[in-house]
Amino acid sequence: MKLNKNINQKNSIFKSWLVILIAILFIVLPFIINAYWVDVLFFFGIYALLGLSLNIVLGEVGLFDLGHMGFMAIGAYTTAILNTYFGIPIMILLPISAIAAGAFAWLVCAPIIHLRGDYLCIVTIGMGEIIRLTLNNNPFGITGGPNGVFGIDFPSLGSIFVVDNSTKFYYYIWLIVGLTIIGLVNLQRSRIGRAWNCIREDEIAAEATGIDVRYYKLLAFVLGAGLAGVAGNVYATKLMMVSPESFNFMESCLLFSIVLIGGMGSIPGVLIGSAAISLFPEFFRTFAQYRMLIFGAAMVAMMIFRPGGIWPRKRGAAEFKSLLMKAGEENG
Amino acid sequence: MKIILEQLLNGLTIGSFYALIALGYSMVYGVMKLINFAHGDLFALGSYLGYTLLVFGSTYVTVTFGIWGGMIAAMLIAAIGIGIAGTLIERIAYRPIYSVGRLPAVVSALGASIVIQNGIMVVWGPRPQAYPSQVVPSVMLNIGGIKITLLQVIILAISFVLMGLLYYIVQKTTFGAAIRACALDRDTAALMGINIETIIFFIFALGPALGGMAGVMVGMYYRKISFTMGWNYGLKAFTATILGGIGNIPGAMLGGLLLGVLEMLGSTYISTAYKDVFVFLVLILVLIFRPRGLLGEKVAEKV
Repeated sequence: MKLNKNINQKNSIFKSWLVILIAILFIVLPFIINAYWVDVLFFFGIYALLGLSLNIVLGEVGLFDLGHMGFMAIGAYTTAILNTYFGIPIMILLPISAIAAGAFAWLVCAPIIHLRGDYLCIVTIGMGEIIRLTLNNNPFGITGGPNGVFGIDFPSLGSIFVVDNSTKFYYYIWLIVGLTIIGLVNLQRSRIGRAWNCIREDEIAAEATGIDVRYYKLLAFVLGAGLAGVAGNVYATKLMMVSPESFNFMESCLLFSIVLIGGMGSIPGVLIGSAAISLFPEFFRTFAQYRMLIFGAAMVAMMIFRPGGIWPRKRGAAEFKSLLMKAGEENG
Repeated sequence: MKIILEQLLNGLTIGSFYALIALGYSMVYGVMKLINFAHGDLFALGSYLGYTLLVFGSTYVTVTFGIWGGMIAAMLIAAIGIGIAGTLIERIAYRPIYSVGRLPAVVSALGASIVIQNGIMVVWGPRPQAYPSQVVPSVMLNIGGIKITLLQVIILAISFVLMGLLYYIVQKTTFGAAIRACALDRDTAALMGINIETIIFFIFALGPALGGMAGVMVGMYYRKISFTMGWNYGLKAFTATILGGIGNIPGAMLGGLLLGVLEMLGSTYISTAYKDVFVFLVLILVLIFRPRGLLGEKVAEKV
């Protein structure tokens, strides 16, 4: 037992050094690589944020959500419309987008939260498609139809701190991702995080122990949607425009894959998964039209050889029994 | 009144495509509890196989088998080709991970779907292709004032025959009883001496074969096919499956036909641009009030 404890302590010291090392790497990286790769890493950050947001719903609570891009679309369009029509600054719209997406999730998910597994899955797909199609049809002439909304401002605080080039955008998104990770790690260790995991492992047992399953599931959806709304806000300001095709079903599927490739409920896993999804096509750019073919084949191979994900979370590994045996004592 | 009836017929035509594709989803789900996301792309692949035969082999086929031969040959080729492709996908992408859980299989299915879709793009090119125009003579029939094309009659006839055949196989034969037993409880079925491997093989051959034939019919009906169309039809067909009750074969047929009719009526009486929104709204409403789908049985929760 004592030996085990020592190993755990060493492990955690090693882990904190690793985290610091990676943080330093992310800070110095823009000075080493060229502007193109800074942009690639920016989109890696967007995917990481989206992956973390879906991880709350799918990874922590185990709810199948294949329409997550819809929430991002709500955030992005809230930002785009309020900024271009009313000139509200982006920084004020950042929390507003999150609240709008969260409120929308609450409204839509409250009546359907009792559905299970695949039924919830198809309803979220339907919801995502309804959002995309509605934006595409230009309701009340405010979403600009298939062309979208143009001319969104840069994020700024006063006139000194303006995020207006690739490097600044890179720091901006990774600052948000970093803060999100700190928040989520604390959330995982809290009463809420344990309740979520309990629901994922056995919903009936969770209910029997007095966890308000409905409340915690809705909370996960609202928080996940809110984070996706933040990602939508940053995405809209970076591209300076939004269009409905950025939020299609395929993208939602990619997000779903990010969480599963990384490892359900595991934050480092989600980061690795989003790196795989966003960087892989870039590295294989030389293969041109074959790269998506390779990408799909890699997804299949990945699941065959590591079905639990690249970096499975120890507490989340109960369903993968062999992994649990290797992982040993719980210290998630 | 005439318009309603004509739209109903149009809706049934589209609905029969959805129903044929939905059957594949439903059969696989019933036995494997797996959403085969690659199914929609298999349907698109079937469409392309039929296209290749009709464009490059048309003179040979017509000379050997007559005018109708082209259509029948294209559908047979699509059915056989896609049946093989379906079983191959099961072998490569799904079989190694059944035991691990359901979620990795979903990602694997998505990966397989991306592979097929981009495979089509690499082989046939990214631009949409056009089916030859005169596979079936374009004749407009007039039945009591209701206009319907010969092609629609043929599509409806073939679809209903195929669905009837499948219904007969699943509900009336011993083999069908084995399939249903597997859907209820796979382990017990195996203990009763049912060869699960054979059942899985046939499920993954039959379902995609129906989808492949639907692909050829969609090509003949709309005449334009593209490599991304698998997603759209797959999504609609999957919606139809859930609408009817997943894992339920008559449910998938009913769901598909209903979805087609709803879509047509929605685009006639509400708005063409919002017809898909209307379809998904109906789906969500059905699931709120009847979470198991229209024909789905209520399954007691296992504790």
